Amino acid sequence: MAAPLVKQDATQARLDALDLPTGGWSTPARQDALARVQNMGLPHARDEYWKYTKPATLVDATAPKAAVYETDEAPMFGDMDRLKIVFVDGVFDADASDDLSLEGITIDRLSDAKDIHWAKDLYGALEVKGQDPVERPLAALNTAFASDGVLIHATKTPSKPVNLIYKHQSDSSDAILHHVVKVDSGASLTVLENGPAAARFNKCLEVDIADGGAFHHVRTQGRDHERRAATHMFARLGTESTFKSFTMTVNGVLTRNECVIELTGDDAVAHIAGACMGDGDFHHDDTVFITHDAVNCESRQVFKKVLRNGATGVFQGKILVKPDAQKTDGYQISQSLLLDEDSQFLAKPELEIYADDVACSHGSTSGAIDEDALFYLQSRGIPHSIAQDLLVLSFLAEAVDEIEDEALQEEILTRAEAWLSRHRKD
Amino acid sequence: MLEIKNLQVKLEEEDKQILKGVDLTVEAGKVHAIMGPNGSGKSTLSYVLSGKGGYEVTGGDATLAGEDLLDMEAEERAAAGLFLAFQYPVEIPGVGNMTFLRTAVNSQRKARGEEEMSAADFLKLVRAKAKDLKIDADMLKRPVNVGFSGGEKKRNEILQMAMLEPKMCILDETDSGLDVDAMKLVAEGVNALRDEGRGFLVITHYQRLLDHIKPDVVHIMAAGRIVKTGGPELALEVEKNGYADILAEIA
Ligand SMILES: Nc1ncnc2c1ncn2[C@@H]1O[C@H](COP(=O)(O)OP(=O)(O)O)[C@@H](O)[C@H]1O
Ligand SMILES: [Mg+2]
Repeated sequence: MAAPLVKQDATQARLDALDLPTGGWSTPARQDALARVQNMGLPHARDEYWKYTKPATLVDATAPKAAVYETDEAPMFGDMDRLKIVFVDGVFDADASDDLSLEGITIDRLSDAKDIHWAKDLYGALEVKGQDPVERPLAALNTAFASDGVLIHATKTPSKPVNLIYKHQSDSSDAILHHVVKVDSGASLTVLENGPAAARFNKCLEVDIADGGAFHHVRTQGRDHERRAATHMFARLGTESTFKSFTMTVNGVLTRNECVIELTGDDAVAHIAGACMGDGDFHHDDTVFITHDAVNCESRQVFKKVLRNGATGVFQGKILVKPDAQKTDGYQISQSLLLDEDSQFLAKPELEIYADDVACSHGSTSGAIDEDALFYLQSRGIPHSIAQDLLVLSFLAEAVDEIEDEALQEEILTRAEAWLSRHRKD
Repeated sequence: MLEIKNLQVKLEEEDKQILKGVDLTVEAGKVHAIMGPNGSGKSTLSYVLSGKGGYEVTGGDATLAGEDLLDMEAEERAAAGLFLAFQYPVEIPGVGNMTFLRTAVNSQRKARGEEEMSAADFLKLVRAKAKDLKIDADMLKRPVNVGFSGGEKKRNEILQMAMLEPKMCILDETDSGLDVDAMKLVAEGVNALRDEGRGFLVITHYQRLLDHIKPDVVHIMAAGRIVKTGGPELALEVEKNGYADILAEIA
């Protein structure tokens, strides 16, 4: 079978521009992924799943240029004890990275992992599952062509988080990274990610959490205005396991963050949250698909977007409750705060429920700053700009509150405040 | 302190005149009360003075200690010393009461070229003032007015007033929704702030509050004008006979 006709040329052009890494244990998975991409074709503007976000620049054979943003801001998560793994334009930087050994976990790099490797059965496996019922061709492309990534196996709970740092130094870099995380029963792992990574970044993160395991994830996507990113996160949760992920995005001309979560064991908990702030040429898309396939599981999606100056926010979020997933507790909220009339928020919340004993709720709103609240603050002497910032931060609070660790919460809030003060308009 | 001359105000969006020439002067050290039927424009007057949007001043002026109020932004009026205790205090989810108070105090200080209050000094002060008003630590921690009862909201208004130490305090129906004990607390809070340098404009329907906060002057407002001015006895008259007699008398 070949890709639909409208997609063939663009797909072929993109594939021609890439080299399939060969040799080693990942080869079968890569070849399988390549065949799947050839079958599906890469996303096209007419795809229903890409209705609100134009995929063209994510698909093009070469990455559109993106200027490198110079900043003297303190490094993200800089005050925390963490194990740093640095990629520059998608290339591992050994000198800037810490030693990859940490008690309780093993870390290998995808590009040099030994022939017999635990990740063999996982690499691409959750991605393949995540292609059904909705195709995610950019994730398959990633599995096929990823040049590197990390493979983290947590057998116990390490003393500190693993921090993947993505630096951007070339204005035409086109990076593809694929990470696999396996959390064993009873282990708990925190992964932090930050940075713009490249002019264009295609990243895939697969997370398999065994019974009673916990995975925490906090990510920020850098400050570069012109960068583009298409990221996928695939997670499988075993019995009584926990998955919590939060992403903050400021700036970036185009971001599509897809998250596919499958609750396969009873009593599992999955929270996914995001806060984004865009000013001007900014298009941010959160696309989430959560499948409840076990009893008494909880899922929460909390997404907040602050948009101004023609910025666009997109949310596509689905909760699928399978017939046997009784006692499911599913919550989904997506809200935007439009700071002017030029900005827009497009939302498509969906519930598909086949079990009868479930509690699912979803809501989506789009609104302006509350003028009464603004006046109340000003009437106490708080200047308009600061009053507005306070209200923006309060709007984001529900999403930021999803981060369990208080120091991380504080870090995110500080960055949000800094962004607001840089983008103040009196 | 506060001087209002022939103030005329209409709604911005509609062709509806609400204030039709209000004249009122509150001297420093004095307490003036405004009473009047619902819809006569009392809240509008307080909003226009404090700088709320949605109104258009079509005539007259208002000054605070000689400064033109109507030209200033809301926050500048506050920094100049004007304070409005809202009839309906606004709930602000996600903004902590403490953060709100500290930001307000320090914004005003900054605007006046004064040094900001240290976190420690602020905490000490706010705890002392909150205690007087029986506002507990939990209320200080919660988001501004969220989940507060009617009485708690009003006490929170007085706490803000006590922290900000304004020159001119306008209280818009601060007594509504208060039980007797809460009213006493609020009145004590107001009385504690009474001094020679400070003016008060107390909007109320009831003599009850004025038993505790003794006014020097009482005004009756009707249909966008001050229609009668007198001493404390005027409030007693309203309490006894309602507004009908007074309105009939001036008609
Ligand atoms: N924003 C507004 N929109 C429409 N009508 C208003 C608005 N503000 C005030 N009014 C009207 O102006 C009049 C005076 O209202 P208000 O000042 O609240 O009176 P009071 O406080 O004396 O009860 C009323 O008729 C009220 O309906
Ligand atoms: Mg009123």
